[in-house]
Amino acid sequence: MTPLAGYLLLSSFLFAIGLAGALTRRNGILVLIGIELMLNAANLNFIAFWRFGPNPEMLKGIIFVLFSIGVAAAEAAVGLALIIAIYRHYRTTNVEKMNSMKG
Amino acid sequence: MSDTLDQLFVNLKAWLVGFAPLEWQSLISAIISVAALLAVFPGLFAVTTILERKGLGRIQNRYGPNRVGPFGILQPVADGLKAMTKEDIVPRAADHVVHFIAPLVLVIPAFLALAVLPIGRGMAAIDIDAGILFFFAVGAATELAVFMAGWSSRNKYSLLGAMRAIAQMISYEVPLILSSVTVIMFVGSLSPVRIVYAQTGYSGILPHWFLLTPWGLAGFILFMISATAESNRSPFDLPEGESEIIAGYYIEYSGFKFALFFLGEYIGMFAICGLGITLFLGGWTAPLSFLTGIPSYLWFFLKLFSLVALLIWVRGTLPRLRMDQLMNFAWKFMLPMALINIGVAATWHFMEPGLIRWLICSLLVVGPYFGLGRGLAQGKHLAKRTYQYAE
Amino acid sequence: MSASFIILAAITIASAVAAMTLRHLVHCALALAITFAGLAALYLQLDAQFVGFAQVLVYVGAVAILIVFAILLTRGSEAPQQSIFSSSWAVGGIIAAAVFAVLAVMIRKSRLSELVAPAGTTTTVREIGDRLMTTYILPLEVVGLLLTAALIGAVIIAMKEEPK
Repeated sequence: MTPLAGYLLLSSFLFAIGLAGALTRRNGILVLIGIELMLNAANLNFIAFWRFGPNPEMLKGIIFVLFSIGVAAAEAAVGLALIIAIYRHYRTTNVEKMNSMKG
Repeated sequence: MSDTLDQLFVNLKAWLVGFAPLEWQSLISAIISVAALLAVFPGLFAVTTILERKGLGRIQNRYGPNRVGPFGILQPVADGLKAMTKEDIVPRAADHVVHFIAPLVLVIPAFLALAVLPIGRGMAAIDIDAGILFFFAVGAATELAVFMAGWSSRNKYSLLGAMRAIAQMISYEVPLILSSVTVIMFVGSLSPVRIVYAQTGYSGILPHWFLLTPWGLAGFILFMISATAESNRSPFDLPEGESEIIAGYYIEYSGFKFALFFLGEYIGMFAICGLGITLFLGGWTAPLSFLTGIPSYLWFFLKLFSLVALLIWVRGTLPRLRMDQLMNFAWKFMLPMALINIGVAATWHFMEPGLIRWLICSLLVVGPYFGLGRGLAQGKHLAKRTYQYAE
Repeated sequence: MSASFIILAAITIASAVAAMTLRHLVHCALALAITFAGLAALYLQLDAQFVGFAQVLVYVGAVAILIVFAILLTRGSEAPQQSIFSSSWAVGGIIAAAVFAVLAVMIRKSRLSELVAPAGTTTTVREIGDRLMTTYILPLEVVGLLLTAALIGAVIIAMKEEPK
């Protein structure tokens, strides 16, 4: 197994773990943690392909990952602010209890 | 002669590394640099604790510790013995794993940050291209350690202290990074070694330090204020203020773990003062052109010593800032000043050297300083100062 | 497949699994911070130094702390009493396993996985800066705008409403 295949398998395994966590945990914050894990797995994929790809001096992989890190940070901030606002209303972060549009 | 003295440690390391077989040489070289750092800086920590206590004592019109050894200079030995033999009490409700790991997570990034600083000519332990970014990255890891310490003790005061400490450290990280961005922008590189090399060279007898430019002076002042806030030292030590919140996030730590926190805090202080020296005071370069005979590492430690003395002096002199005053100061005063400073540095770069450049850039720094100061202090007047001396 | 890669991959996977399965929320957040650090080490191994340090600075230094603050502000610091997994946990697990199976089969079968690295590239920070300021200047400005909007939006969403 080449090094590139190793990195790709690692990144898809992390993606699957993040997806499993986002789909199965009750707490809203853990869903966000799962999403962050998925974003990081995708970043690892990009860097692996940048390193082992045809022309690394184009720096496309690195630039994409830098922007991805920035966007993920912004999304984490807004998502957590939403969870805090919802908690203030429902008094719980259990995503199964938030099942009505009323409020 | 001065050159051999200057390169003494570099040649010593090269000679020691020469004994190892070829494929182990890089590892042995790294181990020797790390061992040297681990030997020198904790020794400096011991000396600093006694100097701080004596210095603070004298500022406060009392002797410092003077029982152990002549003039109390063996006090660090006594402190070390006490820390090592004291009983290690962990609260029963505490989260044991996190409680144990938190001091380690504080100390290790502090030592890592020391590794990129150029201590002498050719004496940086690691020379990476993005050295300053590495420094700030490991500084950010310290904040997580503060949270772990505060939360794992399951103590409301401890958690409150940790939250305040993290809020303070995050707020003051922004002016810290922005004031170093002016230097990075000017030099065009993130490597501390290159930044020091950009400050060698003398015009007349004065050196080319960035401190001796208007934007450099403003940047240095902003950097040192943020550095005191980052190390949780007075006047920014509300998170560990002894009169308000007992000891903040390390209330429940005793014995050796408390000593590790203390060590981590002081090593962090050395690291950030070292970065200030590298960025603004020319690293290991001599202040006047005829003093270049003295070895480079001696200049670095002399500058480090004077910055630490400045911090101790400020600690003994200024009263503590309240939490909201602290946050207002960071976001409403220091952040705009740091951004204006970046503009001033750019202006400096694009004007021709001369008196006009100095005048315009000084005006661009001093004007907003007074403007912001007056604007933010509107309506708040201090009462007339009255003194009461003990008779 | 060097030993350092295997060790780093093991640490990253173990802490990711811990982040998703531990009972206490703060432990999950700390395990996530370890995952981020492990990923940063993997980036350093792939010669992407700037990205590795930026990952530590942004993720460990800011996002992990954000998550921790949110946990404390939503009273997540007491251990939950009832089950931590939602009622449809089996379906979620099966979907994730299916996604991983598809990706793994694709990776093994693809010819792209046989790429071997060209000679070691040294990317300086200067090149990244040059590229960001010339070719990618538009995404840079847009990301700046996005971060400003996210900052203002997060403050407004999480602000306490005055009772009218």
